[in-house]
Parts: sequence; structure tokens; C-alpha cells
Amino acid sequence: MPTEERIWQLLEEVSDPEVPVLSILDLGIVRGVQVQGEQVTVSITPTYSGCPAMNTIATEIRLRLLAEGITQVTIHNQLSPAWTTDWMSQAGREKLEAYGIAPPVDGTATGHVLNLFGKDTAVRCPLCKSDNTHLVSQFGSTACKAHYQCDDCHEPFDYFKCHA
Amino acid sequence: MQVAPSETAALNSYSPELRQQLFLCVLQLADTSLILGHRLSEWCGHGPVLEQDLAMANIALDLLGETRSLYQYAAELEGQGRTEDDLAFLRLAVEYKNPLLVEQPNGDFADTVTRQFLFDNFHYHFLRALKNSPDERLAAIAEKAVKEAAYHLKWSSEWLIRLGDGTEESRKRLDKALDTLWRYSGELTKPTATEQALQAAGIIPDYATLLPTMEAHLNHVFQEATVPVPQGVFMMTGGKEGRHTEHLGYILAELQYMQRTYPGMKW
Repeated sequence: MPTEERIWQLLEEVSDPEVPVLSILDLGIVRGVQVQGEQVTVSITPTYSGCPAMNTIATEIRLRLLAEGITQVTIHNQLSPAWTTDWMSQAGREKLEAYGIAPPVDGTATGHVLNLFGKDTAVRCPLCKSDNTHLVSQFGSTACKAHYQCDDCHEPFDYFKCHA
Repeated sequence: MQVAPSETAALNSYSPELRQQLFLCVLQLADTSLILGHRLSEWCGHGPVLEQDLAMANIALDLLGETRSLYQYAAELEGQGRTEDDLAFLRLAVEYKNPLLVEQPNGDFADTVTRQFLFDNFHYHFLRALKNSPDERLAAIAEKAVKEAAYHLKWSSEWLIRLGDGTEESRKRLDKALDTLWRYSGELTKPTATEQALQAAGIIPDYATLLPTMEAHLNHVFQEATVPVPQGVFMMTGGKEGRHTEHLGYILAELQYMQRTYPGMKW
């Protein structure tokens, strides 16, 4: 019979298909694990409503648990409370930066979104570590990222935008 | 994936009449996001610059995500075995309940920005209030979608200002877009009988309570854009009751082509 602790260990091995250096626990999208006998329930929450990775993540969870002989798995899609970048682990933030994606800067989320033409969030370049960067577009390569450019090394980079 | 049980609890507490009204209203919200998301996706690969092409594709994706959550809920409310895909791909134009604004053609970039701004200004404020709905499922969908809608409204507000207060050419195009599209903005906050029933039941927000904040934001943006707010324009309605402009049929022809030609086809 699987223990809850064991399930969490296995989930640590499931990675985000878009950002493979992050586990789904680093990302903070696993909201709960319940074990009743042989029946395992995992609740996950999307980062964005339209996140196309959700179905893949659900499949990966099933496959990982199946590999351990755990066959009775229910995966719940939980919308509330809505995901926030605050749930991303410190280890996750470090892995993200090492991978070349700037991690979310806390306290820069929705409250300021309607501050039209407001000052861009200061984001450190994940490549040369300069703070001299500028926002190119709030919308980047995936729904959860904005597009920045470094004014020192001139490299464009993704910023995992803050969502609180 | 199943919906978390905490978000399905309210389903059984409604009277059959209210449940039917709620079904129609959720369907209307889903249709609205689907049609606008589809329209925006038509820009993919054709944007004026790469960053804005990406922005419109991202907004389209957010809207489609919201659409799926809503159609899934609508399918459960109806309880007749139809799925989200049946609702999206196998209904006729007269059965679609989206307001006329969102089916209007992309036109040029100014038309798209204007359509988006008029919609976002409603959508954002509507979702902010819907977050407090006693219907836990709608509240959860709104809680998620409002964060995204805030980014959309910021994008369309800033672009409306850039176009209005930009060059002679951008201003000319914005004026033309407002001439064409403003007449569709009133329908968003004019409740149908279905919406009135749900407003009376406290399930969706009363649009009259949204108007002050919507107007304040709109006036601020128009002022920054140096564009006068259009006055005394006759407002077109009907989409929310299934009476559409000619454009919807063409959208559905493209959107539904695959399922109509190969029924039940899967990826």
C-alpha cells in the first residue's frame, strides 16, 4: 500500500514539460495528495487557465505512479485557490535562473497591472546577472512568461512573470 | 482530469429552472471567450510585429483556457451527456450566445485593439465581481481568469492610448475602429432575461454595479489617448439571444469544419 510520503517523493520526479529543470513540486502546482487504501488522489492546479501542459502533466503523474505499481489514481483539477508564483520553491527559483529563465520577482503582480505605462519590474538577467534590463513584452514564449532583454549583454531572455 | 469535489458542490442545490438559466448563462460566457479567442488566433503569424503576434496568441490561449472551464461546467449543468467538445463544435450559429462585439472581424490592428479594449474593460471588471459568486465553480473560474484578464486589459488599454495619441495615421485608424465597433459595446452590460434571473438570484453580478469602475477606466484611457468618448450612438444587441451578424457563420464554418466533416474525430 503506497504511503502519502512515498507519493510526494514520486511527484518530485515528475518534471514540467515546458521547463524540464523544474519538478511539479518546485512549480507549486501540486495542491494535495490523499491515499485511501489503494486509491490515490492528486490535486493539481494550472498556472494559467489555458496552460497546454496540464494534460501532459496529468499523464506524466499517472505514468510515474504506474511504474511503481500504483494503478488507482484520480487526478483532480483544482482552480481555487488560484496558483500564485509565491508557491514556487526557493530551489525551483534557483534552478530556473540557472536554466536561463529569470525567476518571478515577488510583490510585482496583478495589483500593479493596471498601472498603465508604469515602470517595468526590475528583473535580473539570468545570463550576465545585470539588473540593467527592460521589458519587451508582457507576453512571451508561454503563457507564464514575459519577454525581457538585457541592456548590458543584450541577450533576450524569458521572465517567469509574477502572478500573485 | 476531474474537477475537484469542492468545486462541484453547488450543482445539486439549484432548482431545475435556475439550473437551466445558469446553464444558458455559462454557455454564453463560454461562447464569448471561445469566439474572441478564435478571432485573436486568426492573427497568429500575421501580427504587425513578432511581440504583438505573440501577445495576441497568448491572450487567445488564456481565453480558450477559460472557455474550456466554462464549457465543462455548462456540460455538467445540462447533464444530458454532452461534452465540452460537443458544445463547442456541434451547435448552430443561432445557438451561440456570444455578444456581437466579439465576432466582429479583426480588421486592422486598430480594430482588433479597440474590440479587445471594449471587451477587456467589461471582462476584467465582471470577473472581479464574479469571484465573489456564491456559485463556487464560477467563483473559482473567475478567480483564475481575472489575473489573466488584468494583463489583457493593460495590453489593450496601452495600445489604445498609443494609437490615439500616436501618429496621424494611427489616430485615423482608431477613429474608424471606434466608428465601427462602439455600437457593439452596450450589449456587454445590457442583461438578457437569463442574466436578469441570475442577477436576481445573486449568482452573477448586477452589471449596473460594474458600470462606475468600467466608465472610470474607459474615461481615463480615452483621455490619455486624446480621443473623445463617443456619445449618443445606437447600441446593437441580439448576439446574447442568438441573433448574430453575418460574421459568426463564417467563424463557425472554420472552427467546426473538422468535427462536422469527420464526426467524433480525435487527435
